[in-house]
Amino acid sequence: MRIEKCYFCSSPCYPGHGIMFVRNDSKTFRFCRSKCHRNFNKKRNPRKVAWTKAYRKTRGKELAVDSTFEFEKRRNRPTKYDRNLMGKTIMAMQRVQSIKEAREGRFHANRMKDAKAEKVKVARVEIEKHAEVLAPAVARREEVMQNVLDSARARIATRRVTKERAVARGSQNMEE
Amino acid sequence: MPVYNFKKMAPVPSASDFVDIVLTRTQRKTPTVVHPGYKITRIRSFYMRKIKFTQQTISDRLTAMLADFPRLSDIHPFYSDLCNTLYDRDHYKLALGQINTAKQLVDAVARDMIRMVKYGDSLYRCKCLKRAALGRMCTILKRQKASLSYLEEVRKHMSRLPALDPNTRTLLMCGLPNVGKSSFMNKITRANVDVQPYAFTTKSLFVGHTDYKYLRWQVIDTPGILDHSLEQRNTIEMQAITALAHLTCSVLYFMDISEQCGYTIEQQCNLFRSIQPLFANKQLVVVINKIDAQPWETLEADRKKLIEDLLEESGPNTTMLKMSNVSEEGVSQVKNEACEKLLAARVDSRVSGNKVDSVMNRLQVVYPTARDGVTRDAFIPESVKKEKELGAKKPKKSRKGYAPTVDDSDDEADDTPPESDDEMIGDDGVSTRKKTARELMWENGGPGVWAPDYREQYDLADPEWRFDAIPQILDGKNIADYVDPDIDDRLRLLEEEEDQLAAEYDAANMQRMDDDDSLDEMEKAQVSEIRDRVKIARAHKERPGGRNRPALPREIRGRVKDMHDSDAKLKASAIEKRMDKYGVDTGAMLERGRKRERDDPREIRRRKRDAEMEDAAPATNEDEEMEDGRGKSKGAIKRARKEREQSVKRASSQARSHSRPREPSQMGLKDDDMAKVAKKVEKQGQFRWHGGAGEGDHTKAVHLVKWMNTGKKRNGTHYCR
Repeated sequence: MRIEKCYFCSSPCYPGHGIMFVRNDSKTFRFCRSKCHRNFNKKRNPRKVAWTKAYRKTRGKELAVDSTFEFEKRRNRPTKYDRNLMGKTIMAMQRVQSIKEAREGRFHANRMKDAKAEKVKVARVEIEKHAEVLAPAVARREEVMQNVLDSARARIATRRVTKERAVARGSQNMEE
Repeated sequence: MPVYNFKKMAPVPSASDFVDIVLTRTQRKTPTVVHPGYKITRIRSFYMRKIKFTQQTISDRLTAMLADFPRLSDIHPFYSDLCNTLYDRDHYKLALGQINTAKQLVDAVARDMIRMVKYGDSLYRCKCLKRAALGRMCTILKRQKASLSYLEEVRKHMSRLPALDPNTRTLLMCGLPNVGKSSFMNKITRANVDVQPYAFTTKSLFVGHTDYKYLRWQVIDTPGILDHSLEQRNTIEMQAITALAHLTCSVLYFMDISEQCGYTIEQQCNLFRSIQPLFANKQLVVVINKIDAQPWETLEADRKKLIEDLLEESGPNTTMLKMSNVSEEGVSQVKNEACEKLLAARVDSRVSGNKVDSVMNRLQVVYPTARDGVTRDAFIPESVKKEKELGAKKPKKSRKGYAPTVDDSDDEADDTPPESDDEMIGDDGVSTRKKTARELMWENGGPGVWAPDYREQYDLADPEWRFDAIPQILDGKNIADYVDPDIDDRLRLLEEEEDQLAAEYDAANMQRMDDDDSLDEMEKAQVSEIRDRVKIARAHKERPGGRNRPALPREIRGRVKDMHDSDAKLKASAIEKRMDKYGVDTGAMLERGRKRERDDPREIRRRKRDAEMEDAAPATNEDEEMEDGRGKSKGAIKRARKEREQSVKRASSQARSHSRPREPSQMGLKDDDMAKVAKKVEKQGQFRWHGGAGEGDHTKAVHLVKWMNTGKKRNGTHYCR
């Protein structure tokens, strides 16, 4: 038994899940769910559909070339079972996985490093541009602005509190 | 080699049918329209064509018929003789000859009549000549009635003759009636010949086929022959004689030693002698039949002697075999012997001919010579040899079927003892036998329950590992994809690389941390608020427009006293709050509103009235209570006070003109109560059923009106529909 890879979204297909299409040239296509199957039937290209792994990899949104990928390879040569080798393999798999995750994290941070500065810049431009929205040019401008901002700040604070509370509740559930 | 198949001969029509065929064909295939006004040459050629065509048709069909029927002198002598016996050669030839003559006569008639039409001088005369010509031709045909019907009969019979090849390998059965020829035929072929317990069941030749040495053999069953002279034989017997006389074959002469056929052995011997000349140059097998009823051994000596003498007379080429169709004893020996003899004879005849020399020159047989003195036997392992020896000691197992069962006593008996044997041998130290899979199967619940554990046969580096549960999946990944003998080295390299990369990243990150720049709290609040407002504004813009109530001007809206209309309550605080939200300065706006309210004359009057009331009210209240408070209930006091207040109010208010007319709907009504009742009644009267087309729809729909739904429903016969 194997975990196959979905042809469309590249997610794992566990045994007994999804559907397989065998074309008349005997090429097989595995689909993890009907969504992928339907999209395939619509002749969509997975590289051009935003929610697929193929899209993210071609657009450079995810790690596409890396030495950790070299470990997982389909080997069509059968090997005899060896208990020691099996043990080593399982340990190695976990280690490779952790390394891969670390690299993905770094990749993401790297990708986002300019985004943060860009966000700040955009926000400031927006404040400049939309000052009128907060308070029109009137006599009591300063006062009005203060009122508005106070209420906005309060709202942000309550939002944060509720979020933290939800997170805390979630983690509690996990512990249980 | 010609194949004799008479099935493809075309049917011969009877004389009257023949005439019909010819005349309709002429009518259909030649022009039919001719007029007296045509040129005479055209008329003549019209009729000549008719005559010519008729003659052509007749002679074509007759020629085809003559070609179809075989000429007895040309076909194989067997068939020619068979036709003679069955159809009488003279009669046959005569019929064909007459047909030929008729053909020539028709030709001559046509020739004459065409010549005469050439001199016809009118349409009528030409027509008469044509009629005469056709009539004469038809008469000639009609005269052939007898021969045509005879030929048709012959054709039918011939098409049913067995497809017999005179030149192939053939077995031929002969003998007196009822001696078992047909039964034997049924035994060795699939011909399914009719077998009955009376003489002359078989009335004609039958052909079947059988296989021997991968060759196809033709088996011919003949009718029984009686012992009398050739002249006295009837048609049925003659068929058998014909076959015997003309076919090169292996002859099986059947003799019934039980004499159940009704003929004594002596009679059978006599018949043999009388037809012996026909056996010349043939392979002869004398078959002693029905040995189940009368075994050869118990046959009386003198009768035995009769047969043995017979064999001696017939010469060395004759074999005697015994068989029985009932017990099937010796049936296949007879067949094999007969076939073998014929095959040998055929080979002999080939070899003795001069054809064989040319073939012999081309034949060469080579025997390989040994390259050295070493013997190269098949290699048999020691263990197998041992097993063989054991097997020789043990009684051989006899398997009844392919699937053994527990209840199979033979198998059980065989299966159990060997173990004790083996143990005994094991004690000797020669061999200890492993349990076979079959034994294990029976011990563990039998077939379908027990399945062999193939893991035992795994060939791994350490046999201990054989029964490990091998994991296949880990954390959503196939373990098989990661199995690699040099995983250690690769992992080490990867870790080194990882350390280096992590260090590089950290160094780069430290730099970046220095020039960190982010929004402060104030800015965050601003951005958040701006985005919210923009979003709301956009949503408002995109909301479907149009509103479902009248647009009131602001000044009127301000005066509306409806408590449920939230928009209407334009209080100063509400206005201020809302305008603040939009960032509009409300100071001037509110001041304006207040000023307007102050200056409103109605409002001035109200204020004045209120002030007066406040001055007057306390005094009067006290007075009243003093006067009437005694001996009255609480409710009555309350009511009295209310009335008084009302009267004060009325007194202080501006008097209304009494000349104001009443509302038109209340004209003629006594008072308000009556008006109320009237309004209620009116409302009830105006109650409408829901579901009409609109407010103008006052239809009183009556469903199922009887006169519209009974009676005839067609074309206005009922009232005015």
